[in-house]
Amino acid sequence: MISLIFSRVLQSFVVMLGVAIIAFSLFTYVGDPISNLVGIQTSAEKRAQLRESLGLNDPVPVQFVHFIDRVLHLEFGISYQQKRKVSTIIAERLPATLELSFVSALLALFIGIPMGVYTALHRESWLSHIMLSASLVGVSLPTFLIGILLIFVFAVNLHWLPSFGRGQVVQIGFWSTGLLTASGLKALIMPAITLALFQMTLIMRLVRAEMLEVLRSDYIKFARARGLSDRMVNFGYALMNTLVPVITITGLQLGSIIAFAIITETVFQWPGLGLMFVQAINEVDIPVMSTYLMLIALFFVIINLVVDLLYYLVDPRLRVKGGR
Amino acid sequence: MSDTPLQNRATTEAGPLRRLWDNDLAYSFRRSKVTMLAGLITLIYVLAAIFAPWVAPHDPYDLAHTSVLDAFLPPAWLEGGDPRYLLGTDNVGRGVLSTIIYGSRISLGVGLAAVFISATLGVTLGLVSGYIGGRTDAVIMRIAEVQLSFPDILIALLIDGIIRSFLGPGVHEHIAFVVVITAISLAYWVQYARTVRSTTMVEKGKEYVQAARVAGKSPAYIMLRHLLPNVMGPVLVIATISLALAIITEATLSFLGVGVPPTQPSLGTLIRVGNDFLFSGEWWITMFPGAALAIMGLSVNLLGDWLRDALNPKLR
Repeated sequence: MISLIFSRVLQSFVVMLGVAIIAFSLFTYVGDPISNLVGIQTSAEKRAQLRESLGLNDPVPVQFVHFIDRVLHLEFGISYQQKRKVSTIIAERLPATLELSFVSALLALFIGIPMGVYTALHRESWLSHIMLSASLVGVSLPTFLIGILLIFVFAVNLHWLPSFGRGQVVQIGFWSTGLLTASGLKALIMPAITLALFQMTLIMRLVRAEMLEVLRSDYIKFARARGLSDRMVNFGYALMNTLVPVITITGLQLGSIIAFAIITETVFQWPGLGLMFVQAINEVDIPVMSTYLMLIALFFVIINLVVDLLYYLVDPRLRVKGGR
Repeated sequence: MSDTPLQNRATTEAGPLRRLWDNDLAYSFRRSKVTMLAGLITLIYVLAAIFAPWVAPHDPYDLAHTSVLDAFLPPAWLEGGDPRYLLGTDNVGRGVLSTIIYGSRISLGVGLAAVFISATLGVTLGLVSGYIGGRTDAVIMRIAEVQLSFPDILIALLIDGIIRSFLGPGVHEHIAFVVVITAISLAYWVQYARTVRSTTMVEKGKEYVQAARVAGKSPAYIMLRHLLPNVMGPVLVIATISLALAIITEATLSFLGVGVPPTQPSLGTLIRVGNDFLFSGEWWITMFPGAALAIMGLSVNLLGDWLRDALNPKLR
């Protein structure tokens, strides 16, 4: 058990080291960091001086250690394009992405679960068939197409909702929120639905499959035999027992939501981290790019680590199997 | 099978086409109307892609035959439409139908290339991993595991971004194709490798492999001649399913502006370019390529699902 946890943590560490090496080589080998910092008029001596003072003449391993040191102190350098600190840009953009992802996850859960329950309880109804076919189409359509379609219908033709941006935001400390203004909420609707759709269909199918499985089991039959109401059996017993895997999968999907936010943010010009990353690739803004790279890798590594460790804690069978 | 001479003659007389029609795979194909429709649509796409110069009403990239005067024409059935351009024209006067046909060609081409490379890479690593085992296996499988914990499209986007940055700004046009194909290939090799590895581990214990080894054949020879044919079934299934994924991934990358260059647009690039005109009312420039992409993705997806169910239900 202990050795297993240790090896999982070690693996995460190796992954982060690999990502850090990629980020570092982007910094070191792409373009000239000096010419990205200074103007054309700067003399060669000045440049050489700057090069020396920034430690760019040190051996590569030494530079790497300095790089790691800076990263651990949350110093990610200065954006080539915006000439501002990357950490400031990230802090500005993080609330937008987190709010979008959070609302999408909630939408996916609170629409996906009832849809799953409905399709499991009323298997032959026409509404279930419609939901299932729609989910199949939803899974095969690319995210950005769904976004464009929504914009076309609700922004271009009906003029109901804004097609880009976050609307009006309110600053609470360092956090800018769009959840407190009417225009902010209106702007959130379409991006959140676009981002939630895929997870929603996934959760719906998962809940449906689990419910069908549970409804066949003996304790449900027994509960019915005891004369409990349909509502009690369906929701008190069956649904409660399907929720454990649903929560696990949703936790794992949290990473996917953040990843797919890149596409949704580009479609709706949502000023979050994903849009920042796509712009950074197009403008070859290395500091921004490599910081996003490390950030998202860290995020995924932590999610996977936590889920894995939770499994080991919750499921004793894994402990026996892994404890060889 | 009872081999009475009469039956034997019947099958030979029926010819290979007839036998193909009667086998299990074709039977399950004929039984599902949806699959037949998907197959038909895919066939139309493939033919249109191959014969694009002859099928397309205009050559959209021939500057002599495109005129800015024809720009922003609506589809032919709307007011102001021109019967020469069935689906209207884009911002520089190219027929949307023609750009879609040429775009499908590029989308399919990039998708097929990416699937071929990722399959080759995945099968090779899977064979090596399963046959040699030990530390090589451990390293390859750890990498696969790590990659599996990230969404495919994110991996493709990250790899694409990293390669682009290393190449510097203004990536050259034909290099851009190489970059996209590489990024998608590297994002989708894992499933092949894992499937091939597990099959290889089962197969390598069997007598025919041991016999080959005793006969003094080299590991490379055994892997290529004896193991490879036995792992090809599932590989084909995965390849068909991931073709749809590869097409959609390419479209997404191109939509984000980090895919194929605008001078040789795929469906994704067309949607990206057309998206700018959505608000000024020229919806056809982006909607028709969008519909073309959706139908292509859905058809290939359905074909892949059918093939999986028909050949290897275990992969479900």
